[in-house]
This record gives sequence, C-alpha cells and structure tokens, in this order.
Amino acid sequence: MKKYLAYALLLTLLLVAPLLFYPVLLMKVLCFALFASAFNLILGYGGLLSFGHAAFFGGAAYVTGHAIKVWGLPTELGILTGTAAAMVLGLLVGVLAIRRQGIYFAMITLALAQMVYFVFIRSGFTGGENGLQGIPRGTFLGLVDLSNDRAMYYFVLGVCLLGFGVIARAVHSPFGQVLRAIRDNEPRATSLGYNIDRYKLLAFVISATIAGLAGATKSVVFQLASLTDAHWHMSGEVVLMTLLGGLGTIFGPAVGASLIVTLQNTLSSGPLGAWVTVIMGLIFIICVLAFRKGIVGELQAALRKSFN
Amino acid sequence: MFSDLLGIAPQVLFGQLLLGLINGSFYAVLSLGLAVIFGLLNIVNFAHGALYMLGAFAAWLLGKYLHIDYWGALILAPLIVGFIGVVLDRFLLRRLAGVDHLYGLLLTFGLAMLIEGLFVKMFGASGQPFAAPKALNGGVNLGFMFLPYYRAWVVVASLVVCAVTWYVFERTKIGAYLRAGTENPKLLQAFGVNVPLLTTLAYGYGVALAAFAGVLAAPITQVNPLMGSNLIIVVFAVVVIGGMGSIMGAIVTGLSMGVVEGLTKVFWPEASSTIIFIVMAIVLVLRPAGLFGRTN
Amino acid sequence: MKFLKNFMVGVSVLALSAGAAQAEISDGVVKIGVLTDMSGTYSDVAGPGTVTAAEMAIEDFGGTVAGAPIEVVSADHQNKADVAANKAREWGDTQQVDAFAELVTTSVAMAVFEVAKQQNKIALVSGAASSPLTNDACIPSGLHWTYNTRALAVGTGSAIVKEGGDSWYFLTADYAFGESLQRDVTAVVEAGGGKVLGASKHPFPASDFSSFVLQAQASGAKIIGLANAGGDTINAIKAANEFGIVSAGQKIAGLLVFLSDVHALGLETAQGLLMTASFYWDLNDETRAWSQRFYERTGKMPTGVQAGVYSSVTHYLKAIEATGTDDTDTVVAKMREMPVDDFFAQNGVLRSDGRMVHDMYLAEVKSPEESTGPWDYLKIVRVIPGEEAYGPLSESTCPTK
Repeated sequence: MKKYLAYALLLTLLLVAPLLFYPVLLMKVLCFALFASAFNLILGYGGLLSFGHAAFFGGAAYVTGHAIKVWGLPTELGILTGTAAAMVLGLLVGVLAIRRQGIYFAMITLALAQMVYFVFIRSGFTGGENGLQGIPRGTFLGLVDLSNDRAMYYFVLGVCLLGFGVIARAVHSPFGQVLRAIRDNEPRATSLGYNIDRYKLLAFVISATIAGLAGATKSVVFQLASLTDAHWHMSGEVVLMTLLGGLGTIFGPAVGASLIVTLQNTLSSGPLGAWVTVIMGLIFIICVLAFRKGIVGELQAALRKSFN
Repeated sequence: MFSDLLGIAPQVLFGQLLLGLINGSFYAVLSLGLAVIFGLLNIVNFAHGALYMLGAFAAWLLGKYLHIDYWGALILAPLIVGFIGVVLDRFLLRRLAGVDHLYGLLLTFGLAMLIEGLFVKMFGASGQPFAAPKALNGGVNLGFMFLPYYRAWVVVASLVVCAVTWYVFERTKIGAYLRAGTENPKLLQAFGVNVPLLTTLAYGYGVALAAFAGVLAAPITQVNPLMGSNLIIVVFAVVVIGGMGSIMGAIVTGLSMGVVEGLTKVFWPEASSTIIFIVMAIVLVLRPAGLFGRTN
Repeated sequence: MKFLKNFMVGVSVLALSAGAAQAEISDGVVKIGVLTDMSGTYSDVAGPGTVTAAEMAIEDFGGTVAGAPIEVVSADHQNKADVAANKAREWGDTQQVDAFAELVTTSVAMAVFEVAKQQNKIALVSGAASSPLTNDACIPSGLHWTYNTRALAVGTGSAIVKEGGDSWYFLTADYAFGESLQRDVTAVVEAGGGKVLGASKHPFPASDFSSFVLQAQASGAKIIGLANAGGDTINAIKAANEFGIVSAGQKIAGLLVFLSDVHALGLETAQGLLMTASFYWDLNDETRAWSQRFYERTGKMPTGVQAGVYSSVTHYLKAIEATGTDDTDTVVAKMREMPVDDFFAQNGVLRSDGRMVHDMYLAEVKSPEESTGPWDYLKIVRVIPGEEAYGPLSESTCPTK
C-alpha cells in the first residue's frame, strides 16, 4: 500500500515537474535515466560490464534522425526504427562479446563500439563531424505538436515510463532470476541446466535496445544526433551514472543519471565550467573507492540495518 | 617496371608501410606496459593513455622550466611518471585488493578523466609544440620516401626497450619472480618474496613505459592533453588481439598492427581507422584467448 | 516587391520608434551570447579574444543601448555542434539572450542557425568560414561577417593559379568547412585552367599529418592546398617541412591562415606564404589604434575573426539604438539599411542573404629580414574589392534572399 502511494507521489512529481523546471533539461534527465537503467540491466543484474553502450545510444540517435529527416517517417515510427537498429547492433556486438567474461568482455565491447564510432565518422548519413542537424520534432500521432517543449516533455515521459516498465518487468520475471543466478555463480547456473550464453545474450540485446530507445528519444528532443552520443566517453558516463546511483537497484541508475546531468548542467554555466571532466573523474574515483553500492544501494543497506 | 605494383606507386606503399611501423612502435611500447601491469595486478590500466600524455608533458615542462633537453627528458620523464605510478598504486589501486577486477578498470578510467581534465584546464586542448632534438633534424632520402631521422630513431628506441623488457621478464631471476607472482602470489609470498612491493614496481615500470612512449611521440604529435585519449582504445584492441598479459604477444601484435594499418591506408583508406577492430573481431571468433594467449 | 517589403519595414520602424523606446527592449536588457572555442584548435584564432572584443564593443558603446543595459555571456562549445546547440537553446529559453555571436567552426554555426531560426534570434557569425552559411544553409537572421571560403578562394587560390600553380592536391579537414573550402578553391583553380589531382580528408582535429603529406607528395601536384585552419594548418605545414616536401619542389598553399598561425609558425617557416586576410592590424591609424587597445588587454594582436566580432556587435547595437527595439526582424532590417563603417570595414554592405560584403586583402608573409618588430608579419599585396571577393547577390543560392 505504502509502495503504491510512493509511486503515485513520484508520478505526480514527474507530471508537474515541467511547470517548475526547464523542460529541455528535464527531458535530458529522463533520457539519460532510461539509458542508465538499460545499462544497469546488463551490469547490475547480468554482472557484465559493457563499455560500448554509447554505440547503441548514439547509433539509434542517428538512425532515428535519418528516418525522420530524410525518409520523412512520423516521429513515433522514427524512434521505433532507431530502437530496432540498436537491437540489431546489440545482437551483433553481443554475439561476439559474450564469448568472454569480466575484463575481456569490457574491452571487447569497448573496441567494437569504437569501430562503430569510426563507421559513423565515415558514413555520409551521419554528417560526420557536423552531426545530423535539424531533425524535426514532428507531431505525436499527427495530433499533438511536439515543437512545444511541454508537449514534448509528456511524450518523452511516456516513452521513458514504457522503457522503465520493460526493464522492471524483465528484472522481476523468472528471466531476471536466472540472470542474477548466472551473475552470482555461473558454473552453478550451468549445472542447473540453463543455457547461460543465451540468457546473457538476451539480456544484452534488451539492454542495447532500450539504450537505443533512450538515444532515439534524445535525438528528437534536441533535434540533432552527433558523435558525442556515440563516443566512448558516453559509455564511461553511463557507467558512472549507474555506479553512483547503485548497481543492481531498480531506481539507482535513474537517481545517478539525474544527479550527473544536473551537475553537468549547473557546472557548465558557472565559473567551474572547465572543471566538469575533473569533477566527474573525482566522483568516479570516490565511488569506486568508498561506496561501491551507490546512493540507492547504501540507502537500502542502511534501511535494512535499522530494521534488523 | 615495378613502379605500378598493383596500381599503387611504390613510394606510397613503402612510405605508408614505414609510417605504419613507426605507429606500430608506439602500439608495441604501450601494449607492453599494459601487459606488464595486467600480468601482475590483473588490472586493465585505463589511465595508460593519460600517463602516456603525462610523459610528454613532463618532457615539455622539463624543457620549458628546467631547460633539460630531449635526451635528459627521455630518461627523467619516465622516472618521474613511473614514480607517480608507484604513488597511485600505493594509495589508490592497493585499496581495491580483493574486489572484482572490474573496479580497477573503473578506478583507472576515473583517474584518466581526472588527469586529462586537469591538463586541458591548465594547458588548453590545443597542442604545445615540441621540437625534435637538433642531432636528429633532417633525414635521409630512401628513394621511395624521405625518412626523417627522428622517425627512424623512434623505431630503434622502441625496439630496444621492448627487447630489454622481454629479456628481463623471460630470462632473468627477477622475471621469474614476476611470472611466479602472476601465477600464484600467495605461494610466492610464502617463499619470503615481498609481493606487494613487486606489484607496485611492476605498475611503476608499466607506467614508465607509457611515459617513455609519450616522450618519443612529443615531437611527432605535439604535446596535447588528449593525445592518449583515443590511442588507448586502439591499444586495448591490440592487447586483446595479442592475448592479455603476454609480453611477446604485446610486442609482436603492436608492431604488426601498425603495419597492417599502414597497408590499409594504401589499399582501403576508408577502413584504416577501423581495421584493427576488424582484426580483433576475427581473432575473437577464431581464437578467443588471443593470438599469444593461453586458453583459460 | 522588395521595395514594398522594405517600405513596410520602414513604416513599422517609424511606428515603433514613435513609441516609448525603452519599453521595446525585451526583458529590459540586451544580452549577447558569445559561443566560441575556448581551448581547442581554434582558440587562438577566435577563443577568449573574441569575448574581449565583444566586451570592448559594449564598453565603447557606453554599456547601455536605447536606455537598456548591455550584457555579454560566453561559453566554450569545444567545436562540437551538439554542445553549441544545447547552450544556445538554453540561453535563448532561460537567459534572455538576444543574439549569438562569433560561432567559429561551421558545424557549430549551422547548429546555432537552427536554434536561431526557431527562437527567432540573431546569429552574428564571425569565425565560421563556409560559404553555404549565406547560400543553401542561410537563415533570415543569420549574418556572416568576417569572411567566407569563396573570398579565400578568390584571394589566395586565384593568386597562386596566376603564378603558375596549375595542379593541386588538397589536404582537407573532414567536416563542412573543409569541404566548402576545397569546393570553392577547386572552382577557382579550374576556372583558371588548372587541375585538381586529388584530395585526402583528414580527421578534425589531427595531430600527425605524415601519412597525408606522403599521399600529397605521391600525387606529384605542384601545389598542396591546405583546406583546413588553425592548429591543423600549423601541423600540416610542419609535417611538410619534416618530410622534405618543400625542399623537393612542391609548394604549400595555406588557404585559411590567420595572424595567430603566422605567429605560432614563426617567420622562418611561414615566410613567403600567401594569405587572404579580412583584417590586418597595421593597415591605417584606426586599425592600429584599436589593435593596440586589444593588445593591451590580451597580449596578442587581433585576428580578423576577433576584429569581426567587435564590428558585428557594434553594428548590431547601432541598429538597436536607431530603432529603439531589440526585435529581431526590425533590427536585422536596420542593420541592412545602414552601411558598416568602422575600423574593420569601410562601406560594408549587409546583403539580404546575410553576407556582409567588404574589401578583403591578399597578403604575403614577410621574411625575418623584412620584419621590423614583433607582430610585423604581413605586407598587403592587393586589396580585393568586396564584390569580387564575395560575388554578386544574384549568385547566392539563399532561398530567403
């Protein structure tokens, strides 16, 4: 009962937020929250550190932008096309990467993502260094004009809640249980008769797809797709968001993403603008050394302690 | 006539091959450092690119403020940066003993952001010019290309450093300890060897190698805070191809990947920046442990 | 039709200025947002110096316009279109910025054009060079001040062709600006009876040019044209020297060279280089006086981009003063109507495609012996009349001209 009350409160907050804050910033927070949550599925629940998720995020952004701007697809279909492209890319990268574990997995995903990045630089449809600019926001189902920031916000909120729903469903399903079993003890899961490679691959593809959904939506919000979204720094940033919020917690990544995006935004317009990278690096180091459970993880641990 | 080999002018082919070999020397020294560190600490040192940059900056700062010339810097900069590495290991990496090795990668990633961010803040993102030593000015006309002496020196210096490192690790008693430390640190400790000191020194040495490469690169690429930022990813791919932790694998793969890249520039220029990753994907399918790695 | 349009604007301007002028400044402040590359490849060409130039323009104007205070905000766009677009959008939405200034790097200028079009704000482009900014990519409130790639091609390109440089190979920065410069120079070379043998696109920014320089050498072209700028041009010239290109007889043509580049290269390396300049500090008393003031603040003599920011901001403020409003359409109309007359440009004309047409200069870098002191780097070879440099308006493919 309490839980539902909390959810209702959260939803109300999300609904009134654009009246209080700058909607474009809120949309950015939402997109990154979804991205980090998707990433958490593979790292937090699957125990696999992917260092190449920017390829899915940025790749979907490019495909969506191209589909809407050049092919003239309506906004919803454009986002779906981008998301589907991320799914295919996720399958290709996943098949290669899950052959190895741990550090190897991280480096392979990183290298493959970098390869994708170079393809994006070279291929004409991305506009290379110029980026893909002037993507029209269009309308929602031909009815609501999305060039209005508030309307766009509610559209993005809808998309992101859908994405969160899929992730939460996956985590709490039998599939999610098996995934955690593999993370905690792979040989045991194998001996129980699970085809662990297939589970890992599925988790990776779902994660890549939703990361793509986040990137696709972001490209419509900002009306441009650029190399920044596909660069390995972006892969690192999403690791940081997830780590800061809390690995393997449902809300942690969203909390981490909100904090990091707000921080970047606040710093960039102040006198500390040039220090953004330094401060992010510092947070990274502190997280790794001092609180590896992240904000939500530590809170949960503290709560559990006080109940016992 | 041999001037139109496969429709490619020989000066282009040999020129790019030679440039590839020069790039390969950097890959070899950098992946060698990563291999040493990985072998003993089981950490993928994401800060390697930042430390490579630190080497170049150390040389630049030594020259600017202490008027130490290139040759002095080539010795001093790796020592200084190696010492920084020792400090980093003692105060940061050491605290991760016993947790998942992935945290080592994340910690060094944070370090790289911190170091590169600081240097961009202090020196700007555009490069600082760094002159090659006077003794190596000019070059020799090889017929197919004009080879600047400095570039030739880069290849020679890198090969010497690689060979010495290989000899120390594979043929001496220290090397035997180091290898034993990789295999079974607890047992080695029981024999009375100070293993933590050994790993700290290994990290310092790996980092010093990165700094050495940085000084070598300074006159070629200018001294730029982000010079190691993208290079490190390529070197990661080299390490995966060679097999993690293999000394010989790192050296041979580094050099040959440089040459492969040079060849690609001639025959398929569009793919020259992706070819190493393509090779990596193929190697992973055929030999997941890497060309020189043992299957685990 | 055009007459009618101008007439209508004139009438509305009259009507507006008849009202209380002060009330017409939105939010009671005129805010100029300088978006530039603060620490990257173009930071010497543009960078912090352009913020200083904008501040000088505001001070010289007295700090207020039409009774409202003038403010300047600035940000580093890191040469990334997405960073620039997000910043511009935020400035427009939440900080009441009325005009975006400087905007070096074509991809940045194009991204900010997109925002300026949506928010109906003015973009005063100085650093970005691509001619499409006032052709296919033009917007009604996008004003291109300092130079463009066509002017560079007409200046440096044709001068080199005339000297007998009739076969070319390009090293081109792989983004919109490099392509635009290569395209414009190619047109000039071919019109002069020359040939383009090939081109290598290099990443932006690039540090090691050795492999590109080798390709250029193998092409056997007489002229290696550098369709890049700033740090890239400097690195390419150095690599060409290192690999003995120049001593083997090929010539380097820097197609966009700034005073700051000559300063970085040193006269020993740069002497004899032909370049097209929009501005040089040592032209007359006026330019010397302004540049001296700039030098006292920054320790460097101004580049054309920096002087252009001063000129564009000043002209913008003059138009607000004259009309008493900061309404975009009114101000742009007034800016077109008034000639641009200051130390940077004499009788400059702001055309309906957004191009500010003014005279350009073909200059040659002095040898160390010719130079009489620090920053004495250039001798003007020829003044290129504005019409010749930028072409007639009829050639512009801007749809809203």
